[in-house]
Amino acid sequence: MGRYVIRRLLQMVPVFIGTTLLIFVMVWGLGDPVAAMFGDRTPDPATAAQIRLEFHLNDPLIQQYWIYMSHVFEGDFGKAWNQQPVTELLKTAYPVTLRLTIVAFVIEAVIGVALGVFAGLRRGRFFDTGVLAMTLIVVSIPTFVTGYVLQYFFGVKWSIVHPSVGEGAPFKDLLMPGLVLAGVSLAYVARLTRTSVAENTRADYLRTAVAKGLPRRRVIVNHMLRNSLIPVVTFLGTDIGNLMAGALVTERIFNIHGVGYQIYQGIVHTSPATVVGFVTILVIIFLLANLLVDLLYAVLDPRIRYA
Amino acid sequence: MPENTDALILDAGGAPATTPDGTAVPMDKRDKPRSLWNDAWHDLSRKPIFYISALVILFLIVISFWPSLIASQDPLQCNLINSQNGPSSGHWFGYDQQGCDVYTRTVYGARASVEVGIFSTLGVAVLGALLGGLSGYFGGWLDAIISRVSDIFFGIPILLGGVVFLSAVKGGSVLTVSTFIILLGWPQLARIARGAVITAKEQDYVLAAKALGAGHGRIMLRHIAPNALAPVIVWSTIALGTFISLEATLSFLGVGLKPPAVSWGIDISAAADQIRNAPHMLLWPAGALSVTVLAFILLGDAVRDALDPKLR
Amino acid sequence: MTVIDDISDVPAPDAPLAPLLEVRDLHVEFHTRDGVAKAVNGVNYSVNAGETLAVLGESGSGKSVSAQAVMGILDMPPARIPKGEILFQGRDMLKMSGEERRKIRGRKIAMIFQDALSSLNPVLSVGYQLGEMYRVHQGLSRKDAKAKAIELMDRVRIPAAKERVGDYPHQFSGGMRQRIMIAMALALEPELIIADEPTTALDVTVQAQVMDLLAELQREYNMGLILITHDLGVVADVADKIAVMYAGRIVEDAPVHDIYAKPAHPYTKGLLQSIPRLDQKGQELYAIKGLPPNLTRIPSGCAFNPRCPMAQDVCRTDVPALHPVGTARGSACHFWKETLGE
Repeated sequence: MGRYVIRRLLQMVPVFIGTTLLIFVMVWGLGDPVAAMFGDRTPDPATAAQIRLEFHLNDPLIQQYWIYMSHVFEGDFGKAWNQQPVTELLKTAYPVTLRLTIVAFVIEAVIGVALGVFAGLRRGRFFDTGVLAMTLIVVSIPTFVTGYVLQYFFGVKWSIVHPSVGEGAPFKDLLMPGLVLAGVSLAYVARLTRTSVAENTRADYLRTAVAKGLPRRRVIVNHMLRNSLIPVVTFLGTDIGNLMAGALVTERIFNIHGVGYQIYQGIVHTSPATVVGFVTILVIIFLLANLLVDLLYAVLDPRIRYA
Repeated sequence: MPENTDALILDAGGAPATTPDGTAVPMDKRDKPRSLWNDAWHDLSRKPIFYISALVILFLIVISFWPSLIASQDPLQCNLINSQNGPSSGHWFGYDQQGCDVYTRTVYGARASVEVGIFSTLGVAVLGALLGGLSGYFGGWLDAIISRVSDIFFGIPILLGGVVFLSAVKGGSVLTVSTFIILLGWPQLARIARGAVITAKEQDYVLAAKALGAGHGRIMLRHIAPNALAPVIVWSTIALGTFISLEATLSFLGVGLKPPAVSWGIDISAAADQIRNAPHMLLWPAGALSVTVLAFILLGDAVRDALDPKLR
Repeated sequence: MTVIDDISDVPAPDAPLAPLLEVRDLHVEFHTRDGVAKAVNGVNYSVNAGETLAVLGESGSGKSVSAQAVMGILDMPPARIPKGEILFQGRDMLKMSGEERRKIRGRKIAMIFQDALSSLNPVLSVGYQLGEMYRVHQGLSRKDAKAKAIELMDRVRIPAAKERVGDYPHQFSGGMRQRIMIAMALALEPELIIADEPTTALDVTVQAQVMDLLAELQREYNMGLILITHDLGVVADVADKIAVMYAGRIVEDAPVHDIYAKPAHPYTKGLLQSIPRLDQKGQELYAIKGLPPNLTRIPSGCAFNPRCPMAQDVCRTDVPALHPVGTARGSACHFWKETLGE
């Protein structure tokens, strides 16, 4: 197990470098960042040259990346468009998005797995067909449409919840944004769980469990669910990153000042440091989540552990 | 969201367990042997969902090429006098903020979605199948390189990458959006193609062909490609729907297509701001987008059920 | 012609008068999208304590399905039992409640499956899976159950049982896994064991070891054993009597020696002839022509008639009854006398 962890950690290093480099190249390398900073105006050549010097823009991209990364490891993410250190923005924005992600993740995991298990056990019946149809519809409607529609009905028309999220992003305000953010993933989790449960109910080892004379509850909980949930856990783990990226849309709709909002601000004000900083942290979270999933997978499935 | 397409692929859809798992009953109870594709067609031809979704898609494609068939107005011919007006005779869908006819814009909006969907799916399919196929077939260092590179692209959630990339290139055309989707979308398909090729490669008939001295080209084209094609087709069909949805989301975030382009994403974005005053503006583009995505997912679902003999 | 009824394994003296298990006129069908597959069409057999019945047939003959019906592990639906009785110690199990049947499973009737790798739960240790029998049926603590599991593994001669009790199924060899399946079946010393192709998935050398172990333990506990197989070689050594199945029916039913000496059904005869024999080296191997029937469209009359070298018109119209041949044997062939006499 220990060797497995170390091997996975080592494998993460090149992926981390590659991914962050890719982001870095996209932001700094495509197009001229100096021109972009000035928008429609033509910058004064002296100012432009000074900016180029300050941001090391005359060096090759790979060297710029190296300089940036060595700063990052010292905790310095550079400055945003309004001269605020990006580190400070990170400190205020990430907790908010993290809360939103946690709310969405819990909704996704609990409701998605529950729907999937019951549908899988009642394969072909009314409940199952209903879940299948509902999830397809949820997947088909883009998140931003669902978001605005729910906000309009629950927040504005019926005033059941706050239409936008208040100061400090309290959990009760995050329920609806969390549901909107979780929506599509929830549908996938339900379908994946259902399939996995349905496949496992036909497995040989389940037939053995029945032949052993175990009570139905034990057959389902101890034998079937344990096996069925392995792919679901994997999906849930890798989905943490997607949820945080999805916050780009959700935070916009519900006016939440989190990661999505800051990245958006960074783009609107052409602040490469903000964008790269936020995205780098997101990528790290995404990779860590993947690592966690791999480890969890090994814990759940002994065939991986001893391979 | 497109990043999760493989979850749909993994799904058994609505295949009920009609076949007994008793080993004593032969699974193939038909008398005449049929090929996978014949069998799949036989299965599809009995499914109403297949016909409905195929018809919707066909209709959509026709509309996107000849929108004037069902819309007589110009989508950019707007009059602010009509701003946010509700449905009226001759304009059953009402007007949007700019006083444009919602119906006309919805009809003309199909084109951008269909183009992005088709271009990016084709690109992803060709690039992904090629790289994944070669990587699975030859293995070794080629596989190692391609797999590591796709790991890197996997490290970036597609929506996030889209925002960063498209805001950097200052794009906004069908071409840039499609290019981006191809750039970040191929690893998913490559992974699927790689797996399918590895499975096919180890089949006895491929080993037999190899033993008989068939060259790499012949083995790949005649023996492996036809068998690895099924998962690629299924995935691509579903992905087409999710790419359309992705384009709309990017346009909504302001980094995808931009006015004066006519696109459902743009119209939904504009309508969403006005939802409190004029909900009718949202209904039609959002409905058209959802039905389109649903049609592709259902079609992919039906094709997958038909092509996957394990689920019969 | 007289048939010597040579049952050497006389039932134990304290055995009840009724057989341990008696299956009467059992029918099982599956509802599939291609129609109703009639997997079992009126099967009768019985097993006494200490006795071994071999049920022989090709895949699709209904041998496994009938065993699963006895065990009560058929998926219903799609399976349905429209007719029949399964008497265990004189009581019809088909009339019992689900809970009553569950208590019989594992405790009184146990089953051994063909592919131990897929039949054991891949994510639970073998110790857990063995101990579960004691924890559920006897309410033992986790610790006691583990001790019992080690004992069981010793009993089926798994080396270093104490160290391996926490291992997972994929860490054992095929033969060892099948021993674990046998141990699981034996755990509660059931009265009847159903073994569904217990050695088919194993190497030939391991097959004999596993089969010997099973036979030995059966004698030790005086259990009834139903051995389901398509392998005539396995049957000869261990079975007391044989039931040959074809298309969901028993076509021949006889003590083991009689069948090998003189088959009374053309199908049995064909099966015996298709075994390669050293003394016939150089001759072409015999094969029964044709394929087993489609169970949704079983041929009229005798189901075997399209493949039978002796088929006459009557075989295409009339379903042959199981004619008694001597005292302990039966053949469902219109021409059983001719088959025997040839």
